[in-house]
Amino acid sequence: MGGVFAAELGLESAMSESPLDLVDQEYRAGFTTDVEADTLPPGLDEGVVRYISEKKREPAWMTDWRLAAYRVWREMTPPEWAHVHFPPIDFEAISYYSAPKSLQDGPKSLDEVDPELLRTYEKLGIPLHEQEALAGVAKGGNVAVDAVFDSVSIATTFKDKLKAAGVIFCPISEAVQEHPDLVQKYLGSVVPQRDNFYAALNSAVFSDGSFVYVPKGVRCPMELSTYFRINERNTGQFERTLIVADAGAYVSYLEGCTAPMRDENQLHAAVVELVALDDAEIKYSTVQNWYPGDADGKGGIYNFVTKRGACLGRASKISWTQVETGSAITWKYPSVVLRGAGSVGEFHSVALTNNRQQADTGTKMIHLGPNTRSTIISKGISAGRSQNSYRGLVRTSPAARGARNYTRCDSLLLGDACGAHTFPYIENKSPSATVEHEATTSKVSDDQMFLCQQRGIDPEKAVSMIVNGFCKEVFRELPMEFAVEAGKLLEVSLEGAVG
Amino acid sequence: MSLLQVDDLHVSVGGEAILKGLSLRMEAGEVHAIMGPNGSGKSTLANVLAGRPGYEVTGGAIAFKGHPLGQEEPEARAQAGLFLAFQYPVEIPGVSNMEFLKAAQDSHFKANGQAAESPVAFMRRVRTLADSLSLNPEFLKRGVNEGFSGGEKKRNEILQMLLLAPTLAVLDETDSGLDIDAVQTVAAGVNRFRSADNGVLLITHYQRLLNHIVPDFVHVLAEGRIVESGDRKLAETLEERGYAWLAKSG
Repeated sequence: MGGVFAAELGLESAMSESPLDLVDQEYRAGFTTDVEADTLPPGLDEGVVRYISEKKREPAWMTDWRLAAYRVWREMTPPEWAHVHFPPIDFEAISYYSAPKSLQDGPKSLDEVDPELLRTYEKLGIPLHEQEALAGVAKGGNVAVDAVFDSVSIATTFKDKLKAAGVIFCPISEAVQEHPDLVQKYLGSVVPQRDNFYAALNSAVFSDGSFVYVPKGVRCPMELSTYFRINERNTGQFERTLIVADAGAYVSYLEGCTAPMRDENQLHAAVVELVALDDAEIKYSTVQNWYPGDADGKGGIYNFVTKRGACLGRASKISWTQVETGSAITWKYPSVVLRGAGSVGEFHSVALTNNRQQADTGTKMIHLGPNTRSTIISKGISAGRSQNSYRGLVRTSPAARGARNYTRCDSLLLGDACGAHTFPYIENKSPSATVEHEATTSKVSDDQMFLCQQRGIDPEKAVSMIVNGFCKEVFRELPMEFAVEAGKLLEVSLEGAVG
Repeated sequence: MSLLQVDDLHVSVGGEAILKGLSLRMEAGEVHAIMGPNGSGKSTLANVLAGRPGYEVTGGAIAFKGHPLGQEEPEARAQAGLFLAFQYPVEIPGVSNMEFLKAAQDSHFKANGQAAESPVAFMRRVRTLADSLSLNPEFLKRGVNEGFSGGEKKRNEILQMLLLAPTLAVLDETDSGLDIDAVQTVAAGVNRFRSADNGVLLITHYQRLLNHIVPDFVHVLAEGRIVESGDRKLAETLEERGYAWLAKSG
C-alpha cells in the first residue's frame, strides 16, 4: 500500500495501488465484506429516527432536529424534474441503519477494529494504518482518512497531528458529542432540513459522515479525506459532512466512494455543507465510483446528493471539483452561495456515463454579494446507451453589483446511441453583472482514432487518451494523486465503449 | 524477400473503384516516389497500406516483409514497422504531444517484447529530435497538432517517423503547403532516416521535393495503375511536359 496516495504524475502514470485504482477489472471494488451487522429492519417512522439518535447517544436538540426533518420529509414528494428515469423508490423497503456488530459501542482504536473490516480497506487501497500512509508521504501524498462503512465511521487517521494544528477532523457523530456548539451553529445552516426531499430524508436519518473545523488563520497541514463504503444489502447510506473554515483558514478535502456489485438498486442520499468565513478557502474534490449497475442497467447506486457551500465571508472561496464515473443514476448539483463581498465560487466537473447510466448533474452559483465571481467548467462524456445532462443555474441578485460568471459546458459523444443534454438557467437581476455561457458538443473522430492506431496505439487506449485530453482542464484542479486515479478510472469506465 | 510487394491491387472506397490493378515492388534501402495527377489514387495507396477503415481491397495482394497484409488492424501494421505520414495531420486537443509520442513508442516496444524506455531518456531523445527539425520544444507540451501551422504539423510527422524508426515509411504529400525552408528541413529529416534497412515511399504531386530527396525509382500513377516507371529523370520529364504527355502516349 506504499504507493497509495503517491504522486507520480507525468509520462508514466503507472501508479501502484490507490484508493480508486480499479484498473484491471470492470469494477474491482465490487466485493462484499462478510461481517456480522446490526441492521434495522426496513421501514421508516419516528421510532427509527429515535433509534438512530439513541444509538449515537445524541443530546435532545439533535433528536428534535432529526424529528423535525422527518416530519417535513413526510409532507414532501420526490423531485421529478431531472432528466432521469427510474421506477418509484419504496422508502419502506430500505433499512436506515446498519453497522458492523463489532463497532456497536462506537469506534475504538485501530488495533481493536475487526480485521475483516481492515482487510476491506486494504483491498480498496485505503491507508488506515498511519505508518503505511506515511510511507506514501515520501512520494508526496499527505492525507488523513475518515473511513465510513455503511452507517458508521470505523477509523479516522492522523487525528493527533491535526489536533496539534488546531484542526478538528472526526466523525460527525463524535462532533455532536465533543463540539456541540459548532455543530449546532452550522448544521443545516447551508442546506436546511426542508431544502429538498432527499436532504430532508438525510437530515432525519443521517448516521455518520465527517466533521471538519479549521480555526482562524490555520492552513490545514494535510489533505483530509473521507472514504465511503456501502456494504450491507438493502441499506441506504445517508452520510452528512460539515466543513467549516474560519477566517483566513484553508482546507483541501477529498471524497471517494465504492460499493459492492448488487443486482438491486441502493440509495445514497448524502448532504455536504461547506462554510467559508472571511478570506477562507475550501477546496472539495470528489472522485465518485459507486457501482453503476451492469451493462444492461441492472443494479447500481442511486446517488441523490445535496452539496452546497456558503461563502459567508468577504473574499472567501469555495471550489468543487468532481469526477463522476459511477452510480446508476446521479442527481447532484454542488453549489455555492456567494454572500461575502468579492467571494469566489468554482465548479469543475467531469461526468462520464456508459452503458445504461443516467446523470443529471451541474451546479448552482447564487451571487448575493457585490463583486462576486464564479466559474463553471463542465465536461460530459457519454458512451453506450447512457444519458448525460448538465443542469446549471447562475443567479445574480440586485445587490450583486459587478458580479461575474463564466460557464463552459463541453460534451463528448462516443457512439450514436447515447445522449448529451445541456440545461443552463440564467437569472440575472443585477444590471452590472456579466454572465457568459459557452457550450460545445463533439465526437471522437475517425481521423483521431486512425492517427492513434497508425502510431501503434490500440483503440481502447486511444479513446481513453482522447477522453483524458478532453478532461485535462478539470483534472488539473484535482490534487495530483487524485488526478492520476481519475484518469485511470475513466479508462476502466470506458471499457466496452469502443467498437 | 521484398520489403513491399503489391500485386494487381484493386481498391474501392465507398463502392467506387480507385485502384485498378496496381503493382509495385520495393526492396530495403530504396526510395520510391509515386507521382501522379490529382485523383489518380496516390492517397488511396497510402491509406490502404496502413489499413485505414473504409478502404476495401477487392482484388490482388499486398505483402509487407514477406507477410501478406489482409485484415490486420492498423495498429498491428504500425507495430510491424509500417509508418504513414499524413497529408492532413489531425488535432487531438488536450493530449500533449510528448504523452502521445510516449504512448506510440511504448506500444511499438511492447509489441516487440522490449521494455519501455525510461521517461527521462525518452524525453531527452525527443527534444534532440525536435531540435534537429527546428521544432520549438514548447510544441511537445501542447496538444497533438493543436494550433500548429501547416509546416509544424508536417515536421511533427517527420519527428514521429524518426522516433518510431519504421522499416517502411509512406509519406503522403508531406511537401504540400510547405515553404522552401520547411521542405528542406523535412527533406533533411527523411535523408537522415534513409538506410540500407528501410524503405521510403514518397507520394508527391510535385518534382520539387525530389530535388532534396533523391529517389531510386519514380513511378507515375494514373487512373488507378502505375503507367510509367523510371529513375529520377522521369520526374524531370514530368516537370517539363506535365502528366498530359503520359496520358497521350499511354
